Amino acid sequence: MSSELSARARPAQVVFYNDPKFRSIAYQLVLCAMVAFLVYGAASNAIDNLARSHIASGFGFWNSTAGFDISQTLIEYSPRGSTYGRAFWVGLLNTLLVAGLGIVFATILGFIVGISRLSRNWLLAKVAGGYVETIRNLPLLLQLLFWYNAVLKALPDIRESIAIPGGAFLNNRGFFLPLPVSKSGFGAVEIALLAGIVAAIAFYVWARKRQERTGQQAPVLWVTLALLIGLPLAVFVLTGFPLGFEFPQAGRFNITGGVEVLPEFAALLFGLSIYTAAFIAEVVRAGILAVSRGQSEAAYSLGLRPGPTLRLVVIPQAMRVIIPPLTSQYLNLTKNSSLAVAIGYPDLVQVFTGTVLNQTGQAVEVVAITMLVYLVISLATSLLMNIYNSRMALAER
Amino acid sequence: MKRFATILALVVAVAAQNASAQTLKAVKDRGMLNCGANGTLAGFGLPDAQGKWTGLDVDFCRAIAAAVLNDAEKVKFVPLSAKDRFTALQSGEVDVLVRNTTWTSSRDTSLGLNFTGVNYYDGQGFMVRKALKVNSALELNGAAICVQQGTTTELNLADYFGANKMQLKTVTFATANEAVKAYDAGRCDAYTTDASALYAERLRVTNPNDHIILPEIISKEPLGPVVRHGDDQWFDIVKWTLFAMLGAEELNISSKTLDEALKSTNPEIMRFVGTEGNYGEQLGLTKDWAVRIVKLVGNYGESFERNVGQGSPLKIERGLNKLWNKGGIQYAPPIR
Repeated sequence: MSSELSARARPAQVVFYNDPKFRSIAYQLVLCAMVAFLVYGAASNAIDNLARSHIASGFGFWNSTAGFDISQTLIEYSPRGSTYGRAFWVGLLNTLLVAGLGIVFATILGFIVGISRLSRNWLLAKVAGGYVETIRNLPLLLQLLFWYNAVLKALPDIRESIAIPGGAFLNNRGFFLPLPVSKSGFGAVEIALLAGIVAAIAFYVWARKRQERTGQQAPVLWVTLALLIGLPLAVFVLTGFPLGFEFPQAGRFNITGGVEVLPEFAALLFGLSIYTAAFIAEVVRAGILAVSRGQSEAAYSLGLRPGPTLRLVVIPQAMRVIIPPLTSQYLNLTKNSSLAVAIGYPDLVQVFTGTVLNQTGQAVEVVAITMLVYLVISLATSLLMNIYNSRMALAER
Repeated sequence: MKRFATILALVVAVAAQNASAQTLKAVKDRGMLNCGANGTLAGFGLPDAQGKWTGLDVDFCRAIAAAVLNDAEKVKFVPLSAKDRFTALQSGEVDVLVRNTTWTSSRDTSLGLNFTGVNYYDGQGFMVRKALKVNSALELNGAAICVQQGTTTELNLADYFGANKMQLKTVTFATANEAVKAYDAGRCDAYTTDASALYAERLRVTNPNDHIILPEIISKEPLGPVVRHGDDQWFDIVKWTLFAMLGAEELNISSKTLDEALKSTNPEIMRFVGTEGNYGEQLGLTKDWAVRIVKLVGNYGESFERNVGQGSPLKIERGLNKLWNKGGIQYAPPIR
C-alpha cells in the first residue's frame, strides 16, 4: 500500500517531509525518543531523590547476610551463612515448585471435570457442574484461608500424630514421609529405568509406523508400562533391594528426618489446583463442544468406540481451541501463587518482596526484580505453550 | 493489592517530587495527623468495638495532634503490618509511624527515616504451652516457632538459635494475627515477639491459662516513633512530644493536677506550662504546647498505666520504663 503511494508520489517530486513513508518513520522515532527520555528522567529522578532522602539504593544488598530463617528450602540455606541473593533463589524455587505441581494437578483435574460435565451420566455431569460453579465463583484468597485452616484444624496435634503404615506420619505440622536413600547397586536400577524409557520410545515409534503401514494396532500402553515399571522393578529385585529409607522420628518437639510436606505448601497447592481446575474444566468443555457433532458421529459410524473417539477424533481437534485459554490459566495459576503470603508459604513474594524488602528497605529494586521474574516465568510459559500450540494446529493441506 | 499500591505510590513519589520538608505545614493545612499505627496489638494500637483507637502508641499520636492541632481526636490512624510500615512512611502516606517499631542502626540510616526516641523499652520473649513443660528458651532446640515477618524478632530468633547451637524451624506469617492463630492451632511449639506484645497476644489465644511466657529476654527492643529523614522541624516536634510526656510525669503534672501547675511559681513547671519563656514557639508551636498534651492525653505514666499497666488487662510492670529517678531508664532532657 505505502509503496504504491510512494510510487505514485515520486513523479510529482514532493518535498521529503510530505512523504508518508518518511513521516511514519519520523513520528515513530520521535515517539520512541520521548518514551526513552521519560523512562530515563523518571529513573534518574528516582535515584536522585532516593539519595537525597538517604534511602539506600543499588544492588549491594544482594551479597549481604540474610539473617532470617525460611521454613521450606529446596537448596542449602542457613540464616547466618546465606545471603539475600540466596534467599531470592530459595523463594523463586518454592514458587516454581508450587506453580509447576499446581499446573500438573489442575490440568489433570480440569480435564476430568470438564469431560465429566459433558458425560451422559446425569449424576456425574451435575456433580462436575456443581464443582465448577461453586469453586469458580468464590475468591481464591478465601479458599486458600479455608484450606489452610481446614488442614490445621482437622489434623491432630503433633503428639497425637496419625501414624500411617510404612513409617509416615500425618499431623498439623505436615505430612512426614520416609526419605528413600539409595544403597550401592541402585545405579543398575537407574540404568534399567533409562533403558526402559529408550525402549518404550523405540517401541512407540515402531508400533506407529507399523500401524500406518498395515493398520494393525499394538498394545502400546501395556508394553510401555512393562518397560517403564516392570523392567526397573525386576532389576531392583534381582540386585537385592538396594534402597534404604530414612524414617521420620518423633523428637522432643517435632518429627525430624524424612521428607516433610508443610501444611502451608499442601494448602496452597490444593487451593490453587482446585481453583484453576474449575476454569480449565470450562475451557475443556468449550473446546469439546466446539468440535462439531458430525465428527464423533462419523467416528462412531466407522466403528470406533466412545473412548478412542474421544481420544483420537475429538480431543485433537478440541486442543486447538483449548490451548490458548489454557495458557492463560497456567499464567494465572503461577501469578496467583503469590497469595502464598496470606498463609505463610515462603514463595518469592513472601520471602523476597516481604522479608528482604523490609530488612533492606530497598522497595524499588526488590519490586523491580520480582516483577521481572514473574514476567520471565510468564513469558517462558507462553512460549512453551505457543510451541505446543503450533504443533497441535491443524495441518492445512 | 494495597501493598502494591503503597509501593507504587512510593515509586511515583520518589520519581516525581522532591523530598519535602514541610510536614508541620502539611499537617496544619490538612487539619489532621496521619499516624501509622499497629491496629491489632492490644495495649499499643487497637481500635475497640466502637472504632475508637486506644493504646500507648495511639496516645502518642494523639499527643502530637494535641500539640500541633490542639485536638487529640484529629488523628487518622492508618493500620500497617510490620513489613509495610516503612514503605508507608517513606511514601508520605503517614506523617509519623508509631507502631512498636524497634530502633536499629540500619533502619535509622539506610531507610531514609529517623527514630525520634524510645517510648517503650522492650525485649523479645517466647510464649509456649504449659503442657510442653519447657522452663527456658534454651530448651527449645528443634521447636517450631511462629513469627511475624519483617520484624527484628525474625532476625533475633535466627541469631539466638544459631548462637546457642539449637535447631530452628521457623514458620513466618505476614501479620501477627495469622502467626498467633497458627500458634494457637498447634502449628508451632512457641510464638515469639516483643515481651509486651506477648502479654497482649496471650489474652487472645483460646485458653490463656494454658500458655506461659518464658523468662528469657533475648534481645534489646527499644520501640520508638519514626519520622522521615530531612524534616528537622517535624523531627524536633515528635521528639519533644515524647519528652513533654516524660517531663510532665517527672514534674508531677498530670491531667488532674494541670490546673495547679498552671498557677505554680516553680520555674521548671512555669517553663513547662509556658507561663515563662517561649519554648513552644521555638518548636514552631504555641506556648501552651505541653499543656495541651497533658490536658488532652496525659503524661507518660498515665498513658502507660491505662494502656499496658495496672489499669489495663495486660498488667505489665513498668520495669525499665520507669523514670530515671525511680529506677528505670526513661529520661527527658530539660525544657529551658
